[in-house]
Amino acid sequence: MAEATLRVFRGGPEGGGATDYKVEVTPGMVVLDAIHSIQAHQAPDLAVRWNCKAAKCGSCSAEVNGKPRLMCKTRMDSLPLDQPITVYPIKSFPLLKDLVTDVSWNYKVNKKIQPFTPKPNVEWKMYQKDIDRAQEFRKCIECFLCQNVCHVLREHDLHDHFGGPRFFVRSAGLEMHPLDGADRIPMLREELGIGYCNITKCCTEVCPEDIHITDNAIIPLKERVVDRFYDPLTMLFRKFSGK
Amino acid sequence: MTASYETHEYDVLIIGAGGAGLRAAIEALAHGATVGVVCKSLLGKAHTVMAEGGVAAAMANVDPKDNWQVHFRDTMLGGKKLNNWRMAQLHAMEAPDRIRELEQWGALFDRTDKGEILQRAFGGHTYKRLCHVGDRTGLEMIRTLQDRGVQMGFDVFMECTVTKLLRDGDRVAGAFAYWRESGRFVVFKAKSIVIATGGIGKAWKVTSNSWECTGDGMALAYEAGAELMDMECIQFHPTGMVWPPGVRGILVTEAVRGEGGILRNKNGERFMEKYDPKRLELSTRDVVARSIYTEVREGRGSEHGGAYLDISHKPAEYVKRKLPSMYHQFKELADVDITAGPMEVGPTCHYVMGGIKVDGETTATSLPGLFAAGEAAAGMHGANRLGGNSLSDLLVFGRRAGLAAAANAKKVGMPTIDPAQIEQAEREALAPFQLTGGENPYTIHQDLQDTMQNLVGIFRNEEDLNKALIELAKLRERAAHAKVEGSRLFNPGWHLAFDLRAMLAVSEAVTKSAIARKESRGGHARIDYPNYDPVWEKKHNVIVKQGNQMARNEWPSPEIPEELQGILAEDSK
Repeated sequence: MAEATLRVFRGGPEGGGATDYKVEVTPGMVVLDAIHSIQAHQAPDLAVRWNCKAAKCGSCSAEVNGKPRLMCKTRMDSLPLDQPITVYPIKSFPLLKDLVTDVSWNYKVNKKIQPFTPKPNVEWKMYQKDIDRAQEFRKCIECFLCQNVCHVLREHDLHDHFGGPRFFVRSAGLEMHPLDGADRIPMLREELGIGYCNITKCCTEVCPEDIHITDNAIIPLKERVVDRFYDPLTMLFRKFSGK
Repeated sequence: MTASYETHEYDVLIIGAGGAGLRAAIEALAHGATVGVVCKSLLGKAHTVMAEGGVAAAMANVDPKDNWQVHFRDTMLGGKKLNNWRMAQLHAMEAPDRIRELEQWGALFDRTDKGEILQRAFGGHTYKRLCHVGDRTGLEMIRTLQDRGVQMGFDVFMECTVTKLLRDGDRVAGAFAYWRESGRFVVFKAKSIVIATGGIGKAWKVTSNSWECTGDGMALAYEAGAELMDMECIQFHPTGMVWPPGVRGILVTEAVRGEGGILRNKNGERFMEKYDPKRLELSTRDVVARSIYTEVREGRGSEHGGAYLDISHKPAEYVKRKLPSMYHQFKELADVDITAGPMEVGPTCHYVMGGIKVDGETTATSLPGLFAAGEAAAGMHGANRLGGNSLSDLLVFGRRAGLAAAANAKKVGMPTIDPAQIEQAEREALAPFQLTGGENPYTIHQDLQDTMQNLVGIFRNEEDLNKALIELAKLRERAAHAKVEGSRLFNPGWHLAFDLRAMLAVSEAVTKSAIARKESRGGHARIDYPNYDPVWEKKHNVIVKQGNQMARNEWPSPEIPEELQGILAEDSK
C-alpha cells in the first residue's frame, strides 16, 4: 500500500512549524481521512475542524499544497505522493491552534446585513425561474475559502471596512429574492465596502459549490451601487429632492 | 487546579443548534424569554445541514388529495404503531404551517408551475409530500433558522460542549460546559433547558452521521435522572455509499429513489419486487435496508458488498438539477457518473427513533424544567421514521419545546446551584489529564464502533446482544482510564473522552432495550424473533438511572382515541 507524508502545521498564535507524519494511503482516501488517521494513531491533540466529511458543512477548510480546499473533498490520489503534502490553516483569519482559525469575524459581518424582509401585503407565490438566481447563492456552505483568498482581506487586511465575497453572496441572495422589500445597497457600499473588490475572481475559483460569486453576485451588486450613487441623473435627482 | 469558570444566566438554555434547537430558540425569544444556545460546532454546521431530500408536510400542492390525516396514518404505519400518537397527530397537523413560516423567513423551496412549494415522493408517504430544495434541503432550513435567530437576538456559545446537567433539588438548574478552544469552563444557570442534541450514529462504524452525533443529550438527561425510551429502535438508512472505503456510510439521499431510482442486485434483478411488490424502492427505510442487506448476505450483492442504485435512465440534465450534490459527491469521491451508470449503495446507521421520553404536547421530560426535541427525543417516529419526517419534526417540536420552556421560565424563579456540584463536574472533566498509562480514546472509540456494528446492527439476536453488553462493560472500564495527551487548548483527544462517555451510556441503553424487545418491529429486527408480537405493540422500553445502575422498565402505550383509530383503519389511497 502506498504511503504518503503529510507536512502539517502544528502550533498557535505564539508560533509553530510543520511536523511530518507518515500515513498509509487507502483507495479513495481524502486529506481529511489522513488527518483523522494522524489523530487516531500519532497526535491525538491535533486540532482540526470538521463535521460532515461529505462537502456539505464547509468546516474543514485548509490550504493543501498551498491551495485553499475542503479537506474532505481533496482526494489523496489527486496529489503527488512522492513529495510531502503540506496542510496549513487558512491564512486570512487569526490562528487558534494547528489547523483551526478564529472565524468569528464572519459572524460579526453577517449581523450587519438586514435579514429577509418581505414586501408589505405580499402574496406567497414564486416561480422557479424567478428564484433560480437567488437559489444559486443559497448553496453557500460557509467554508470561508472565498474570504481566505480575497486580496482585500488576505493581503490588505481590510477586515474593518470590507465584508468579503461570502457576504456579497448572502446579500445577493436577499436582494434577488423576488419577495424581499429591503434595500441593502447603501449598506453594501458603506458597511461592506463592495467598492474595494476589484473583481479578480479568486473567490469564484475556490468555491466548492461552484457559485459564480463574481459574475452573478458581486458584479450585479456593484452595478446597483453605481446606478444608485454614481448615475449622473440619479445624482442630480438626489441633489434636488434631498434624498 | 484552581476553580475557575465563567457564569451565564438565561431563562431558557438550549443545548444544540440544529433545526430543533434553533426553532426552539426562536419560539422562546418570541415569547419574551432570554435565550442562550450552546453548540459543539460553529453555528450553521450542525447535522441538520446534511439533510438532503426534503421536509414532509401535507401541503397538497402536488397531490391535492393529501391532508394531515393521511400524513398521520403514513407516519403511524411507517413507525409500526409504536409512535406516540399525539406527537404523530400534532406533527401532521402543524407541519404545513411550520413550512410556510420558513418561507416567510426567507427560505426558497423549489416551485411548482403554479408558483407553490414543490413536493416530491418519498418512501412510505402516500402522496408527494416532501418540500425540498434540490438535495440540500437541510442547508436551506438551517440557514433560514440561523438568520432568523440571530436577527431576534439569542446569545450563541459556539464550540462549547456541555458535560453535565446541574440540578437544584428535583429540578434542572443549569449545565456545566467547556470551551473547546481554550478548555476553560462555563457554568450556565437556567430556568428551563431544552435538549436538542441529535442522535448517536457515531457509535456505529458505518454511519451517515457527523462527528457531533455522539448521543450527548440523551446521556446528559439520563445522568440527570430523566428517562430514555425506545432506544432499541435504530434506523439504518438503506442507501449509504459503500465504495471507496473512505466514504463508506456517507448518505445517498432517498430523493434518488423518490425521483425514480431503481435498485438492482448483481444479477440485474429488481429485488424490491420480491420484498415489497407494491411500493418497491419507495417502501419504508427499514424494509429497504433489510432487503439490501439480505441480498448481500445471500451472495447477490454488488462488487463492493452493496446494491446498485440507478437513476441514469433519467435525462442527465434532470439528474444534475434535482440531485446536484449526489452528482458531485459520486463524481468527486467515487469516480462514478450517476447520469451514466449506477451507484453502489448499502445500509448506513442514520437515525435513532428512541431518545428522551417526553410529553407529546410540551416536550417536557420527567425532570422538571428539562425539555427535549428533535432526534434527541423519543416518540414521534415509533419504530421506524419516514424520510422527510425528521426535518418537520424539528420544526414542529422545536417550536413546542421553545414555547413550553419559555412558559416554564415565567412560572419559576432562577434556581440555585450548589458549588459542590460544579466542583465535582470540574474534577470529572479534568480527570483524563491526571491519568497515566491509560489508552488513547480513539482506540476505544474504534472498538465501540466495531462492537455496535457487529453485535447491535441491522439484524440482531440474543447471543450477540448479550455479548455486546459484556463488551460494553469492558469498554466502559477502559474509557474510565482513557488518557489524554497535550493541553486543554482545542484538544480533540480530550473532547473525544467526553463524547465516548456519552456514546457508551447510550449504547448500553440501546443494547439493553434490544435484548428486552423479543420481536421484530421497524428498525429493531431480531433474527431469533422475526415477527411482530402484538403485546409489544402496546408497550415501550424505558431506561432510567437507579443509583449507579441502568434500570429498564416497561411503559404501556397510551390508548389511541377512537377517531384516530378510524383514520388508521382506512385504506390508503
